[in-house]
Amino acid sequence: MSRAAAREAAEGTAGGPLDAYEMVIGLEVHVELSTRTKMFCSCPADFGGEPNTHVCPVCMALPGALPVPNRRAVEFAIRAARALHCEIARETKFDRKNYHYPDLPKGYQISQYDQPLARNGWLEIDAGEGPRRIRIRRLHMEEDAGKSLHGGETGGAGGASGEGGEESTLLDFNRAGVPLVEIVSEPDIRSPEEARAYLEMLRATVLYTGVSDVKMEEGSLRCDANISIRPRGSKELGVLVEVKNMNSFRAVQRALAYEAERQAEALARGERIERETRHWDENRGVTLPGRSKEEVNDYRYFPEPDLVPLVIDPAWVAEIEASLPELPEARLRRYQEAGLAYKEAWTLVGQRELGDFLDATVAAGAPFRQAANWLLGEVSARLNETGRPLSELRLTPAGLAKLIALVEAGTVTATLAKRVFARMLESGDDPEAIVEREGLVQISDEAALEAVAERVIEANPKVVADILGGKEKALAVLVGQVMRETRGKANAAKAGEVLRRRLAALREGRG
Amino acid sequence: MSGAGRDAGRNGDGRAKAELALKPVHELVAGGASRREIAELFVERAARLDGRVHAFLTRTPERALEAAARADEAPGEAPGPWAGVPVALKDNLVTRGLRTTCGSRMLADWVPPYTATAVERLEAAGLGCLGKTNMDEFAMGSSTEHSAFALTRNPLDLERVPGGSSGGSAAAVAAGMAPWALGSDTGGSIRQPAAYCGVVGLKPSYGRVSRYGLVAFASSLDQIGPITRDVRDAAVLLGLIAGHDPRDATSADRPVPDYLERLEEGARGLRVGLPREYFGEGVQPGVREAVLAAARKLEREGARVEETELPSTRYALATYYVIAPAEASANLARYDGVRYGFRAPGARSYAELYDRTRQKGFGAEVRRRIMLGTYALSAGYYDQYYLKAQKVRTRIRQEFREAFERFDLLLTPTAPTVAFRLGEVSDPLTMYMNDICTIPANLAGLPAISLPCGSAEGLPVGVQLMAAPFEEALLLRAARALEAALALEPWRPAAELEEVAP
Repeated sequence: MSRAAAREAAEGTAGGPLDAYEMVIGLEVHVELSTRTKMFCSCPADFGGEPNTHVCPVCMALPGALPVPNRRAVEFAIRAARALHCEIARETKFDRKNYHYPDLPKGYQISQYDQPLARNGWLEIDAGEGPRRIRIRRLHMEEDAGKSLHGGETGGAGGASGEGGEESTLLDFNRAGVPLVEIVSEPDIRSPEEARAYLEMLRATVLYTGVSDVKMEEGSLRCDANISIRPRGSKELGVLVEVKNMNSFRAVQRALAYEAERQAEALARGERIERETRHWDENRGVTLPGRSKEEVNDYRYFPEPDLVPLVIDPAWVAEIEASLPELPEARLRRYQEAGLAYKEAWTLVGQRELGDFLDATVAAGAPFRQAANWLLGEVSARLNETGRPLSELRLTPAGLAKLIALVEAGTVTATLAKRVFARMLESGDDPEAIVEREGLVQISDEAALEAVAERVIEANPKVVADILGGKEKALAVLVGQVMRETRGKANAAKAGEVLRRRLAALREGRG
Repeated sequence: MSGAGRDAGRNGDGRAKAELALKPVHELVAGGASRREIAELFVERAARLDGRVHAFLTRTPERALEAAARADEAPGEAPGPWAGVPVALKDNLVTRGLRTTCGSRMLADWVPPYTATAVERLEAAGLGCLGKTNMDEFAMGSSTEHSAFALTRNPLDLERVPGGSSGGSAAAVAAGMAPWALGSDTGGSIRQPAAYCGVVGLKPSYGRVSRYGLVAFASSLDQIGPITRDVRDAAVLLGLIAGHDPRDATSADRPVPDYLERLEEGARGLRVGLPREYFGEGVQPGVREAVLAAARKLEREGARVEETELPSTRYALATYYVIAPAEASANLARYDGVRYGFRAPGARSYAELYDRTRQKGFGAEVRRRIMLGTYALSAGYYDQYYLKAQKVRTRIRQEFREAFERFDLLLTPTAPTVAFRLGEVSDPLTMYMNDICTIPANLAGLPAISLPCGSAEGLPVGVQLMAAPFEEALLLRAARALEAALALEPWRPAAELEEVAP
């Protein structure tokens, strides 16, 4: 899809007011790290739990309590940062970001301001026009806030219902202090599709590092966007609008498409774009201005005096880096080099378990292309059908490799292989055992096929007459009949040969 | 009933017990009194005298007596030689199950679910808590007049302030209501009240004592330390609370020496600097004379005393009054009425709840400092105030580092004046000036001690000694040498106080 076409698709209109403009988009992504404990205390950091049970004096900000950094969280942040090609600072420090909100226990968030953990990274994306690099400005560490449940809402973990009226707010501090990294891109993104491709690549990359489960629905990945538009060819930046409250990648894409168009229409009417924060309304499909435009936030950042600067040993960074698995970018390249189209390769890379399974199947002896076809075809179809993860299918890479070997050796036909595959998922048995038990071995034996061919020729005089009359294509009908007679076990090529020979004999006999 | 209780009414014995209550702990313990006798002595005196002094916000005689009983039952066993001795705690040290107010309406009824590391260490050593002492609200003040609850009087002259912000702890020790106490020092809050009350106060090096469970005022300056009747007791109490704590990232991971080992080695050969800036304008002549006399005493003990200069001293007060309020403005942001503490009634939104709770829950001095700090950190002013102050702080540190290449110790007055009258200082700036001699040690993270060195206008004068970071052993040794050379009689509580009928 060309960029113009993509834009049209996003707008739903061709030749809209956006045509004269270029979008400039930067994304701020928050990722929750899946450490066992919180960023600055030893409370469990996992999702859920009865409200306010994963708390202690530190994350509840009781008087006198002090934060102590979680070394594992720093390690995870470095892991993510290196996967995103960022440079790691030799010395980094924490700062206090001051603002007050009921779910922010200390009245400030411990974050990083002018000495972030990592800078200058990039991700390579492909939104359909070939690879493009999106630069990453910085990655820094911070802590999450709690959750506010307003008037009647209840938390996912339950327990809050019945308490508090319409007017009240309930607070759950289980999430307060969970480690986060914030990943800020440069404004290099030029379309909603690129924004989505960036997010998908980012999600996959972080997922591969194992430092987060990056689930947007559970809030372990959150995204805010900055977008401005400018006349095509212009080097100046337009007025920036921040868009928040997007709960899926699709929402990000839609919100950006809407917002770009809104700005273009405003400019077309001769209005000025206001620098503001807008909220995406998923139901109405629009962005709306935030409540408090006049209230400018001054976060009054200053160095966190309860923590000492962290000196990062390059040897530690090297050690962490060495333990990184093959990342999506490299895997994508490898699959493309092995002959897959970009989209095929991305399907296998974006769902890590598919890629892992593919590699394991190849390692078990299967040819790459065939293994990829199985995963892109039958396996994906089955996953879509059942909605279950691959790990729950009764299929092993070794089993799939054996099945592929049976096809390659001509032991089973392609048609039969699908049946064997289905049996494998049902029973978890080896394909060889299934083939044996059910007598699914391909019939390549000519004598056996001769008998079937004879029956088929006798039973289909009209088709035979057509063929003899010159409609060679009708031979396929007879081959199909042979397959039916043998319940798919016949070697189709051999069956064709046998039929052709018999028909030739008939023609001679007649002639 | 114990001997102490039975004989309390008898005059002669009452005097003897008053004398006993003014002895340092190491003497009391060496004197052979049982721990119950010691604990009862102070419990009884606190019950009798505190109605006049108001050193305590909460008294816990049961805790003190229990600890003493436990120690007497198992003499000579762990947890060590000081088991059963009672101690008073400043009310910004968090104590599990025991109200911790910080002198603020905001925490008037707050009962913490955990205990500060320093207090835990005292408990582990078997010490029993006598009570929680009064203080300026959130430790912001130099007179203890900014407590939301009580006006603490100086036991030596009931019309005067005990100093602050650890005024309750200093007054409790000075009145013989506690044998020793813990305070906290952000800009002089241990040393200045110790000086005003005629006792010893030690602020350790930054990082020497864990701040975990000390309600924060200014995180980069706060330290917990002892207030005692003599230098040896200060060395003992410091030894009990010092050391690395994994719960405080700023606590130093370095060994704690035995502070008693070289305590009596004297002052011979020590190089002592007298920085001119600490003896200038604003220092009462009587204070200056007493402090210079102490310096000469030290010289006669074999120390080499020399005048010196620390030119950055003149910026210390301004620097402190940017950094401390800036940190405080964030540290006190948690008091929003949501999770604990005071909550203003009737608010219909969080903004209203926040504003009203803080308006009513904090006193004027706390609100003033929050505003100062917020302003200093605000966009457009940060570079001009906070960043500049940090640069000056670095310079002050550097100047001290250079000074400690030439000197082992620096000797100065602890405060420019003796204890002033209650209500005498109403202007905040004049009050802030009172900390001018003590603030530099906090800015540079140095250990510093105040000990009595004589009198002016009939009131105690404190001399301050400062040493390089983590040189507490040296500091205590020099202080002990000076104390021995001065050989002063202990300051006694005002006669009218002792006359309070049992």
